[in-house]
Amino acid sequence: MEQTGKKAIWQEYQKEIAEDKYYYARSCIRQNFFPGSEHAFLNILRNNLKKDLHDDAKHTTCTGIGYHSDVVPMETTMTVVARNFSLMTEAGYQNYIPSCITSFGLYTEIIETWKHFPETLEKTRDFLFKATKRTFDLPNNLAHTSDIIYKFRHEIAAMAKYKLVDVHTGRPLRIVDHIGCHYSKMFPEKGVGGAEYPYVLAGMVEAWGGETIDYPERRHCCGFGFRQYLVKANRSYSLSASRKKFESMQPYEPDFIITNCPGCPYFMDRWQYVIAETEHKVYGAGGKAIPVLTYEEMAGLVLGYNPWDLGLQMHQVPIEPLLEKMRIAYNPAEKYLGVNGKDLGKPVIPELFKYQDE
Amino acid sequence: MTDYFSQLSEDVRFQEGLNACINCGTCTAICPAAEVYDYDPRILTDMLQTRNNEMVEELLKSDMIWYCGECMSCKTRCPRNNVPGLLVIALRNLSQKTGFFTESEKGRQQLFLKRSIGEWILNYGYCVYAPHLHTSMFPELGDVWDWIDNHMDDVFTRVGAKLGKDGPGILRKIQSEDLDELKAIFDATGGTERYETIEKYSAKKAKEMGLNLDETHNNEYFLKIYNDNDKNHHEF
Ligand code: SF4
Ligand code: SF4
Repeated sequence: MEQTGKKAIWQEYQKEIAEDKYYYARSCIRQNFFPGSEHAFLNILRNNLKKDLHDDAKHTTCTGIGYHSDVVPMETTMTVVARNFSLMTEAGYQNYIPSCITSFGLYTEIIETWKHFPETLEKTRDFLFKATKRTFDLPNNLAHTSDIIYKFRHEIAAMAKYKLVDVHTGRPLRIVDHIGCHYSKMFPEKGVGGAEYPYVLAGMVEAWGGETIDYPERRHCCGFGFRQYLVKANRSYSLSASRKKFESMQPYEPDFIITNCPGCPYFMDRWQYVIAETEHKVYGAGGKAIPVLTYEEMAGLVLGYNPWDLGLQMHQVPIEPLLEKMRIAYNPAEKYLGVNGKDLGKPVIPELFKYQDE
Repeated sequence: MTDYFSQLSEDVRFQEGLNACINCGTCTAICPAAEVYDYDPRILTDMLQTRNNEMVEELLKSDMIWYCGECMSCKTRCPRNNVPGLLVIALRNLSQKTGFFTESEKGRQQLFLKRSIGEWILNYGYCVYAPHLHTSMFPELGDVWDWIDNHMDDVFTRVGAKLGKDGPGILRKIQSEDLDELKAIFDATGGTERYETIEKYSAKKAKEMGLNLDETHNNEYFLKIYNDNDKNHHEF
């Protein structure tokens, strides 16, 4: 069948994604704010999809946040990236999958720079050898971890326990996605669907029964802006950009926000909290805030993982309305417990985020 | 006079980022920084294509080059393959090399970034590190983070993390042999020198401004650069 319109454009951006044998590079931000998502990714890849994935203790940050905060020079970042590639080479892998969009964008950019300015690759090889006696191969395949879940979305659908559907009405859940600028704005051909018709998350949503809303500010930045969030004096930059997105998605009454980056879900979640606390305003239907999920959390829920194993208790916006819509079995009493039911108390729950008898 | 324009032109990001700008303003229309700051990527690109050295020096000392969020939205949309975001990266690098960054309020913030992100990279192997994140500095971390902060080991363990532990895993302890390699890379490639430069010029500036600056995160200069925001940045 001939593909037309947006489908034809998506077709142009069907990147090559390796089938198996992955070298996994963890994300600084995801490990800090959504640790359960990385845990779930490994479980899904190994236990559900039976893939070979190398989880290396030796790799470090790519320095991406430092690079884009302009404190780490390009030569340094290139050489740290080269060291991570050297660890991949040493472990006998060729398919590099970072869990971070900043990393993915940076790796892509560095590999392109090495192609266009071969002297920078030679210089990096010299630096790395001088500093560590290491050599490295470039990856055969570079994909973000969401690309991997996207690739196996139909296999996941076949194993799914739950669908992205409001079981009370049979309506597909309305989902707004946020792709993260560095996934495909720099090199559109490296991202599924490119920068204009991002399909990496939409593909998962469709495969699992939901509906993606193409809201006007879908492609707008979440507002991280590196120094613009990190330095308190600049932080209104970040809040303003997220707010613009919330206002743009509000009329569509989304059931949840799905994100690609490790940082974006933090901003989508926490800036809703700040607006609720300072202006008593929420953006979801029925006087509720809009739950925010990472794609690993969404995949985990669909596969029937326990929401508290996924770390949904670490979010600020309550996730329960979504669990109820999908009629996911969960135990509210276990939300804030530690291992073996250890009592850890509870966070203070903001007035607008109180759920049921909290 | 030092030829700043030539120095800038040596940066591959500058070479990639500057082609012929036709002043169409597309970048400005979609730029998140232009919405909140007195900032216009079109004007910046147009200024640079004049190759005027004095103007480059002025830019290196200005707040203007610190407003961009490096989102790279401008790269996708520019019809002429300019990338104002890459030009900004090149300018910020030269501004730090020359020490001009301390001439602007926004530029001075580099010391905070060096002493947080910069040092966490070398000390832990992570750009950010949960045990150093508190609602006192980042209030929007929220009530839930206060709870996480008070029970950090337990909460991270509950979700499968290995915070500060040996072996692979989430927020594992990165071993000293790996951190040593990271440090050796920083020494060999100019990373360490960059950190020292930021410290050196910041100390000089603090003295000039009559503000106390020590090695901690709790001194007049450090708190000023972290908290102060001149409202004029947002005047259009
Ligand atoms: S979009 Fe490109 S050509 Fe148009 S003003 Fe911006 S830099 Fe110049
Ligand atoms: S990279 Fe900078 S100049 Fe370009 S759109 Fe983003 S904030 Fe604006």
